[in-house]
Amino acid sequence: MPTTVPPELTAPFAPGGEASIDATIAQRLISIALESGGDAADLYFEFRVTADYALQEEQVKTVGRGVTLGLGVRVTKGDATGYAYTEDLAWEKMAHAARIAGQIASGGGAAQPVAAHPVALPDFYPVARPSLLAAPTDKLELLRAADRAARAYDPRIVKVEASFVEQIKEILVFTSDGKMARDVLPLMRFGVSAVAEQGGKRQSGSSGGGGRYGLDYFAQAEKDAAAHGREAARVALAMLDAREAPAGEMTVVLGPGDSGILLHEAVGHGLEADFNRKETSNYSGQIGKPVASPLCTVVDDGTIGSSRGSINVDDEGNPGRRNVLIENGILVGYMHDRLSAKHYGISPSGNGRRESFRSMPLPRMTNTLLLAGPHSHDEIVGSVKRGVYAKRFSGGQVNISNGDFVFSLTESYLIEDGKLTAPLKGVNLIGNGPEVLRKVDMLGNDYQLSDGIWTCGKDGQSVPVGVGTPSVRIASITVGGTQA
Amino acid sequence: MSASVSDSIVAELVDVAKNVVRMCERAGADAAEVLVRDGSELTVKIRMGQPELVQEAGSRAVGLRVFKDGRRAVTYTSDLRSRSLESFVAESVALAALAEPDEHGRLPDPDELARELPELDLYDDAVARVDAAWAMKQCIAGEKAALGFDKRVTNSEGATWSRTVGATAFATSGGFAGGYRGSYASFYVEPLCDDPTDPANPKKRNGYWWTADRFLERLDDPEAIGTEAARRTVATLGSKKIATQECPVVFDPEVGRSIVGTVFSVANGSAFWRKSTYMLDREGTEVASKLVTIVDDPLIPRAPGSRPFDGDGLPTRKNMLVKDGVLQTVLCDVYSARKLGRKSTGSAGRGVGGNPGPTTSNLILSAGTGTRAELLKDTGRGLYVTSMMGFGFNPVTGDFSRGAQGFWIEDGELTFPVSEITVSCNFDELLKRIDRIAGDLDMRSSTACATFRVSHMTVAGTSG
Repeated sequence: MPTTVPPELTAPFAPGGEASIDATIAQRLISIALESGGDAADLYFEFRVTADYALQEEQVKTVGRGVTLGLGVRVTKGDATGYAYTEDLAWEKMAHAARIAGQIASGGGAAQPVAAHPVALPDFYPVARPSLLAAPTDKLELLRAADRAARAYDPRIVKVEASFVEQIKEILVFTSDGKMARDVLPLMRFGVSAVAEQGGKRQSGSSGGGGRYGLDYFAQAEKDAAAHGREAARVALAMLDAREAPAGEMTVVLGPGDSGILLHEAVGHGLEADFNRKETSNYSGQIGKPVASPLCTVVDDGTIGSSRGSINVDDEGNPGRRNVLIENGILVGYMHDRLSAKHYGISPSGNGRRESFRSMPLPRMTNTLLLAGPHSHDEIVGSVKRGVYAKRFSGGQVNISNGDFVFSLTESYLIEDGKLTAPLKGVNLIGNGPEVLRKVDMLGNDYQLSDGIWTCGKDGQSVPVGVGTPSVRIASITVGGTQA
Repeated sequence: MSASVSDSIVAELVDVAKNVVRMCERAGADAAEVLVRDGSELTVKIRMGQPELVQEAGSRAVGLRVFKDGRRAVTYTSDLRSRSLESFVAESVALAALAEPDEHGRLPDPDELARELPELDLYDDAVARVDAAWAMKQCIAGEKAALGFDKRVTNSEGATWSRTVGATAFATSGGFAGGYRGSYASFYVEPLCDDPTDPANPKKRNGYWWTADRFLERLDDPEAIGTEAARRTVATLGSKKIATQECPVVFDPEVGRSIVGTVFSVANGSAFWRKSTYMLDREGTEVASKLVTIVDDPLIPRAPGSRPFDGDGLPTRKNMLVKDGVLQTVLCDVYSARKLGRKSTGSAGRGVGGNPGPTTSNLILSAGTGTRAELLKDTGRGLYVTSMMGFGFNPVTGDFSRGAQGFWIEDGELTFPVSEITVSCNFDELLKRIDRIAGDLDMRSSTACATFRVSHMTVAGTSG
């Protein structure tokens, strides 16, 4: 167990806790879960403490705190899943959940659970001191510092809001094939938004970051609270002069870092193995085939130090890993959970994740990255006669079946004769995953990991993720502006 | 296992809420509000005729808002053992000291509180009594109808039947105590086709159709849902981009409702006092075409968004947001109303883990007249949008740009399917350009509208 946590933040199911769960209790529960004839079962204990602080109108108006505790029981029989959960860790409640989940199976010999042994885990997010333990006044000061910095940046900044959200989550996983894994996952996120006003026009800008850090996050260069405040103000001011974006197909250059959200939508989801196992993804049956420009190597990497999407262990007891998905344009692998790995007859890839004990695990991304290429940023921008440069994004969405995806630009610029010129109003890019990746014709040597702000939704479950990319030139993609 | 919620369970939860209010007061809070939610869910999914998921569970959580010296904290827990609860309450009261005093952040005035709660008929015990085996039969029937509709339907993302039933109780030291129970059931079918139109980039095409209601008997037949889902999916085969242009855009209710929801996002008290909306200071002025009337009505019996009291404990009421294109009022909770120097519209929503804020109940764009077919005929040529993607809306400026999918309208009829395009225009213009609304109001969800047309928008697709 990597992070040292004091008693008030220790899970009741941890050793010495008041509802301590050991391998013997777990094995009894798994036996109950498998009574009706299930093939496999797992238990997922979760304890989560969150706190949040929000500043509006130069005041910290609300502070919040939440505690979540529960157990999810899953039983599988073939491709079918039975799932039940309880928030009460009394024996009879846990046993009831195990029985309900087990009802998915009917008949057949009951599998016997294998005695649990702890899985050896790496430590990708050593946190000396979780932020939840730091004095709350320090966090309030961070909000105020961001507020002051944004206001001081320019008198046209008329409104600033800032927030800090932190959590510590402890999980304990037991599987019927004998795995036992315990992990403690810290996570914090800081955000600032600003509104600028001039001559009756208003524009907004935001900046934020975080990851599996303590307050040491803010000690990094350009990641202190005031820097985020200034950045939010800068974006809002820059957008005051924004003009209508063009409409139609044109060359687009994505800046490094947050643009990885395009990758996440354009290919990431389509490579989650559940969609491919069911042949509902447009990447089904494409392993070994070219699905992107040879410049593109795409990796899902759960092992990046302190990144928002990193995991020591996934929510099915498999250690977090680095998995190559696309190598030099060729599709080489999918992201798996236990069910899909079994279907494909390979070992799990450490991508079985879930939002909470109330949800079953699914193949999910961790940190999804496009590796660096040969070109310099200036070379890429300089090569474009007329196009769009995309710098900041508010998110995206994909249709897994046909591969169409959109993502929304919140800060972008026109490129004219190789130079960034006018800022553009908020606009969407829309494309088709495989088609767009084939049109990547220049790739930067300026790879950046995004700051930790992204959350991914799938089947109603949200999980924190990371993205990373160098500058990318897409020869042609549809820009959804209003200037036809 | 029946998940029935009896009136006595509601009464018991109200007592729990009242007790926790007293616990907060004993712990030193000047005032407190306590929300208790108790619910259970059942989700059954089948895929290609085989069970894929049966999920069944119940949960209960308590959310507190405590006030101390004009400061407040918002907390929640699902750990309801009495000893844990006592210490959680004490922690919550201590936490409030960290916040700064906020003169507007206090309990509603007692005379604003709801006294008598209307009976809105929001709970159907038949929904609670559904078991996994019955739900699975619905799923199998629905998916089978989809797969049998057309041989081009070759795969399926499944059929899902789910229900939630539960109770909400709310009590405050200001004197409000009340609760109600509710049920909701839904059924989805999602067929899939292979689309070999472009051999270099073979695609799949998905579609869906659904039914949902608080009352079991009001759900559509699973076969009808499966058939309609398949019809919609097959219709998208061969979808292609169209050229970039300005043209009339007709919104199917399936996507139109998200546009109606967007109106609320810029016409609520919170966005107003935070000045984060382009509609600021526009009350009494034209914000949409004369055809547009939007009401928020929480008092419709059996409707999905109805509620007998709001998240502040105030009586709920029907509010007219937009009448004949003129913005009448914005939906407010008590806090945003005070910030704006006015009275709450009884529109507070509150989750277990948060402050109350303005929310919609049943938000309805009033229907016009005529059928969808008549509307298309009148349109002649343009784009019919059946689904939208992405988050391209900036509430401060009104810039609106979404990914879209649908059909091209030619000679007043739907012709070929269209995808991988965007529809854009400033939202203020979009609302003012609504020039026809059909009479086919779709009330399955809490935000509702009929098919409507925007006279022109920019469609971005291929160049030249």
